[in-house]
Amino acid sequence: MDHIIQHIQGIPLNHYLIFCSIIFAIGVVGVLIRRNVIIIMMSIELMLNSVNLLLAAFSAYRGDASGQVFVFFVMALAAAEVAVGLAIVIMVYRNTKSVDLESLSKLRW
Amino acid sequence: MKELIWLIPLLPLVGFLINGLGQKILPKSLIGIIGSGVVLVSFLISCVLFGEVRAWRDAGESGAYMHQLFDWISVGNFKLSFSFLLDPLSSLMLLIVTGIGFLIHVYSYGYMLHDEGFGKFFSYLNLFIFFMLLLVLGSNYLIMFIGWEGVGLCSYLLIGFWYKNSDYSSAAKKAFVMNRIGDLGFLIAVFAIIATFGSLEFAEVFPKAAQFPMGDAALLLITLMLFVAATGKSAQLPLFTWLPDAMAGPTPVSALIHAATMVTAGIYMIARSNILFTLSPVTMQVITVVGIATALLAAFIAITQNDIKKVLAYSTVSQLGYMFLGLGVGAFTGAFFHVLTHAFFKALLFLGAGSVIHAMSNEQDMRMMGGLKKNLPVTYITMLIGTVAIAGIPPLSGFFSKDEILAHAFFASPVFWVLGFIGALCTAFYMFRLLSMTFFGKFRGTEEQKHHLHESPWQMTFPLIVLAVLSAVGGLLNVPEALGGGHWLGEFLSPVFADTNAVATPFHLSHSTEYILMAVSTVGAVGMAIFALNKYGRLTSTNEVAEPSFLYKLSYHKFYIDELYDTLVVKPLDALSIVFYKVFDRGGIDRLVNAVGEFFVLSGRGIRQIQNGHVGFYIFMMVIGIVAIMLYGFLHV
Repeated sequence: MDHIIQHIQGIPLNHYLIFCSIIFAIGVVGVLIRRNVIIIMMSIELMLNSVNLLLAAFSAYRGDASGQVFVFFVMALAAAEVAVGLAIVIMVYRNTKSVDLESLSKLRW
Repeated sequence: MKELIWLIPLLPLVGFLINGLGQKILPKSLIGIIGSGVVLVSFLISCVLFGEVRAWRDAGESGAYMHQLFDWISVGNFKLSFSFLLDPLSSLMLLIVTGIGFLIHVYSYGYMLHDEGFGKFFSYLNLFIFFMLLLVLGSNYLIMFIGWEGVGLCSYLLIGFWYKNSDYSSAAKKAFVMNRIGDLGFLIAVFAIIATFGSLEFAEVFPKAAQFPMGDAALLLITLMLFVAATGKSAQLPLFTWLPDAMAGPTPVSALIHAATMVTAGIYMIARSNILFTLSPVTMQVITVVGIATALLAAFIAITQNDIKKVLAYSTVSQLGYMFLGLGVGAFTGAFFHVLTHAFFKALLFLGAGSVIHAMSNEQDMRMMGGLKKNLPVTYITMLIGTVAIAGIPPLSGFFSKDEILAHAFFASPVFWVLGFIGALCTAFYMFRLLSMTFFGKFRGTEEQKHHLHESPWQMTFPLIVLAVLSAVGGLLNVPEALGGGHWLGEFLSPVFADTNAVATPFHLSHSTEYILMAVSTVGAVGMAIFALNKYGRLTSTNEVAEPSFLYKLSYHKFYIDELYDTLVVKPLDALSIVFYKVFDRGGIDRLVNAVGEFFVLSGRGIRQIQNGHVGFYIFMMVIGIVAIMLYGFLHV
């Protein structure tokens, strides 16, 4: 276990921060510009996992396990979210024959 | 027996409730019996109580009895009880209200029998009697005020009894509004009395008032406001125009409310508060001037009116003016005596007019009548007695009461006597004009009306006969000393006016002066009567005057007072309310409210564009929001 921590600490914390920010930003941009619902869900997953990575990194640096525990919670939640989200996507596809977000623009004034 | 005083007003109230609730269910005969019966029982109790008061007076006591029902208001030091006052003045008023009230109830049974609102009519009449009795019996100004308002309400209800005719209902509204002006005066007076004396009970206010100096400013305000109230209720200048219009109501109503009882409430109230008025000479002068002006003006208008009830209405206004003249010159007994005799003969005349109208199939125009004495003998004889009484021809009642007022007026100033005498001449003239146009000469109505002419049923003639007897002998109650009388009424009422008599200059005229005054007024009245009989007794055409003179037109159009009020008050108020309606209501309040509504509609129309259904857009906005919040956090924390 110790050598994993040393491995992690071998990379400076700044690199983790920059790397996670980039992945998070890619996720945000993906959500904003893509119109395919499945890709949007993948982008959300990207954001979640960037946060997970950051939590793990901080946890290792500070020698505090609770960050990693939190990661597990996030992963469990993400699994549930994907299950529900994909179910919705399937229902949408059955009704509209499309997974395009624009096909859901009926809920408006 | 005096403990039963509360039954007197309660019984008519019970009658009102029964007749009012059961007007659709109960048979007409039962309604008539209940309506008249409760008033009859009240009258009998009043008679007994009057006997007791007389016994007390004979025993040399003041004859006042307070019956407290319950404590009504108790705030800090201010206490008010709901209690009744029985004294010589109220016991006499009780007799007038219940006695004449009963006769008029009986009369109404015959008069209103074929009216669909029969039950409603009797319930209103009973309610009126209840409120009038409250007014008379109240031992403080507030109970008097309840009665005062209540009789105004009943007057409104009964004037507008045939409410389907819009003229009648606007006459009712007119009466109500004009009375409200007076009522405001009463309210201000009540507040001023509380502020000055700290109480409203007669028994506390009057002894305290007697300690005040002559011409005190607080008393001046109180009495002026009370007089404003009296001008409204008792139809004096400038608020008298409602009374002639009030003739829109059924004739028994005119007899009961607008001749015998309600309109004399103002005189009763002033006589009750005599000490306040005696100590305010300015108010007394105002009352005198207003009284004599009203008496003359109304008498002058009455000369040319052709509607039989309008003549009597203006005659009532004029006689009320005489009563105020009496009050103004300090003849409280005389004024009240005139209330009493006037109640007899004016109720009689109105009921007689009702009998004539009934016989003529609702024709009220005297030009269409004439020669009715053959067909309506009882009505004719009783109305003749009433006419002679009101004209002031001895030995009928009107002579004695009017003479007492005129003698006191002469004592105050011969000018008042001369003016009063002119008014009395007019009275004799218009009353005999009415009598001759109605009963003498040739019949001028249609053939159909002639065919229907009939004497009224006994329910209508019986009250006429009783009232005729009372009008004939009522004057004996107070025969002046100059004619060898005992001045009984004055003696009987003296405790009520004791405080005043202690302050005021005692009335004194030599017997020879009184004889001269009586002789002049009698000769004048008889002369005018003969003149009127000659002029109108052989009237054949329905057109009375071919070429009306200026004075005739002035009198015929009632001095244009209604038109004057219309121009001075009604039209400006109308214009003002249109301005308020257009500028303030429509232009101000409505626009403000609508602007608020439109602001939200328009802003909603703009903002709803954001909710366009594009999920991407929502997320974009969300991200912008989060970024904004984070920026805010960075900048401020």
